[in-house]
Amino acid sequence: MTEDRFKHDEDLFCSGHRACPGCGAALTSKLVTEATGPQTILSMPTGCMEVTTTPYPESAWGISWIHNIFENSAAVAGGIETAYKSFSKRGKEGYTDKDDVNFVVLAGDGATFDIGIRSLSGMMERGHDVLYICYDNEAYMNTGIQRSGSTPMGAATTTTPAGKQSLGEDIRKKDMPSIAAAHGLEYVATASVAYPEDFKRKVKKALEIEGPKYIQIFAPCPRGWRHESKNTIKIARLAVETGLYPVFEMENGRITNTMKVKDRKPVEEYLKVQGRFKHLFKKEGGDEIIDYLQEVADVNAEKIGF
Amino acid sequence: MAKMLTGYNAVAEAVKACNPDVIPAYPITPQTDIVERISEMVADGELTSEYVKVDSEFNAASTAIGASAAGARVFTATCSQGLKLMSEPLFSASGMRLPLVLAVANRSLSAPLSIWGDHTDTFAERDGGMIQFYAEDVQEAMDNIAIAYRVAEDNEISLPALSCLDGFILTHVQEGVEPFSEEELSGFLPQRDPIYTLDPSNPKTMGAYARPEHWTETRYTVHKAQLKAKDKIADAVEEFADIFGREYGLEHRGLIETYRAEDADVILVALGSICGTIRYIVDEYRKKGEKIGIVRPRVYRPFPVEELNKVLEDAEAIAVIEKDISLGYQGGLAIDIKSAMYSTGSRIPILNFIAGLAGRDVRKDNIRKMVEQTKEVRGKNPEDVGFENEERWDSLRTEILPGDDEL
Repeated sequence: MTEDRFKHDEDLFCSGHRACPGCGAALTSKLVTEATGPQTILSMPTGCMEVTTTPYPESAWGISWIHNIFENSAAVAGGIETAYKSFSKRGKEGYTDKDDVNFVVLAGDGATFDIGIRSLSGMMERGHDVLYICYDNEAYMNTGIQRSGSTPMGAATTTTPAGKQSLGEDIRKKDMPSIAAAHGLEYVATASVAYPEDFKRKVKKALEIEGPKYIQIFAPCPRGWRHESKNTIKIARLAVETGLYPVFEMENGRITNTMKVKDRKPVEEYLKVQGRFKHLFKKEGGDEIIDYLQEVADVNAEKIGF
Repeated sequence: MAKMLTGYNAVAEAVKACNPDVIPAYPITPQTDIVERISEMVADGELTSEYVKVDSEFNAASTAIGASAAGARVFTATCSQGLKLMSEPLFSASGMRLPLVLAVANRSLSAPLSIWGDHTDTFAERDGGMIQFYAEDVQEAMDNIAIAYRVAEDNEISLPALSCLDGFILTHVQEGVEPFSEEELSGFLPQRDPIYTLDPSNPKTMGAYARPEHWTETRYTVHKAQLKAKDKIADAVEEFADIFGREYGLEHRGLIETYRAEDADVILVALGSICGTIRYIVDEYRKKGEKIGIVRPRVYRPFPVEELNKVLEDAEAIAVIEKDISLGYQGGLAIDIKSAMYSTGSRIPILNFIAGLAGRDVRKDNIRKMVEQTKEVRGKNPEDVGFENEERWDSLRTEILPGDDEL
């Protein structure tokens, strides 16, 4: 019975996991495995994807997968990669050649922007041959929707609730791709689950490059963002179409490719379909936050050029 | 051939002989010299390990964990605040049954900040599933590295191991030692051969989370592995003696070492380098015809309960001299020894001397005072001594203490 239960067939990220319907992170996980193929070792921090995919004795993963703790998945991946470097150099038997293994991290924004940034920074600085992918759902979803360094201005979370004196998050979103690029990375990219082929192409391209790479993918969370599960892709697309989440490739510090946006939409169209922003349309001062977010989108359009 | 080596050089030589695949390294006084010496070996091509210059002890432990999960032999070193920073990943390494070997150059924990030695750092990791070895001298610190690898990487054990040596007192003292080479060690320490690795040719999920129906059993197996490590240490120490001729408490399965304790009325229990000074005092008393002896645990976790009970059961008084204090109770070693003796029905009085914290010298005179105090309680029942009189702070400078109402 157990043999069948753990059979993965061709899928490397399998059904049966506990993620919510419409989960952007689960979709990301599936796309990651489709792009990397089986010759992959994935390091994952504590978080939604970790708990929804590996309740012992089950696992949704058809690739080698490791979770240690919340804030060290980049260093764990660096350690694995270094071990393979040693195995290949020393000709150790029983191990796949380092050049034939993809070393990948898949982590949420809390593990990336906040608690794991030391581990990530060190891994990038040291030049480990690791692709770090952040699924960005803009808050700590696993613990129940608390704000992270990725939460955008104005978003209501359980630690930045809208209230009589509050319009939700009052700190701007951290610019993580620039922080990654500042480490001298050859390849940094952003993506959106609304454009799966674009994301998979970027993952494949990144894996061709020796050294550290960083990809950040916008992955809506219906539960945390208070939107219907069916709207995940729509919202992910609107984030790009409004200019709030620019999708680009940055090579050696320069933007080399952007997803062009024709007739950029006003940010309200993106904001109004999510419960986390609804107070902005009702409360006094909400319009100022909306204006600020529009400015963010306008600056993105100008700076990144789409 | 014997060589004069500092403790840090000796540990580095032992690491070289064990030839790890991956060595993540981060400096902290007084451990730094170990990883510095190793970096020189790598720089000169004497050692071909991957030397990873990490950003913190936290990521030294994390890198070691990743490499160990991949199947590599790993080494790192730390102490004090650095060990604290490693604590979270190290606890999870034991839960995931990942063998790692660390040298710990024991140093006190802040605050106040202190770079000098005591055992407050490793004692704070007591419950983490890491095997803990304590060396008395430089040779033992060196040999324990090889023994730690042999035990930690045994697939029936598969746990992290801390090979402790007193900061400065052992790391920075030169002693004559017999180094060993990789070739000489090969019969004793086989290549690591893990049952599971992350190799993509046979995908595995490592570090799945457990719900209440599985968590207890997972930790129980770690506990059983700790207990089984006693047998493995016994085997390793015996074989080590056969090959290298150096014996570490063979008659006590390598878990404890004794000195003139067999017929002793007063037994002093202590860890690490302080036992050098205590030996001197024991000889002094023996010359006067007084039966004093030493029991030195070489291993603190797993705790050598049976071995300790056996050698302590006939004493008339016991002094536990330790460089640790579990704030709000007593020293960790004394607590454990009292707990160990509970099942024997023993009514031997046990005094707990807190001594040598943060590198404060414990001189011969200090030891003499402890012996004299312990002699006074000989033959008494613990209730006659009284709990409040068990704990005694060596050379406490009462003149600089605030008054009770100012504490």
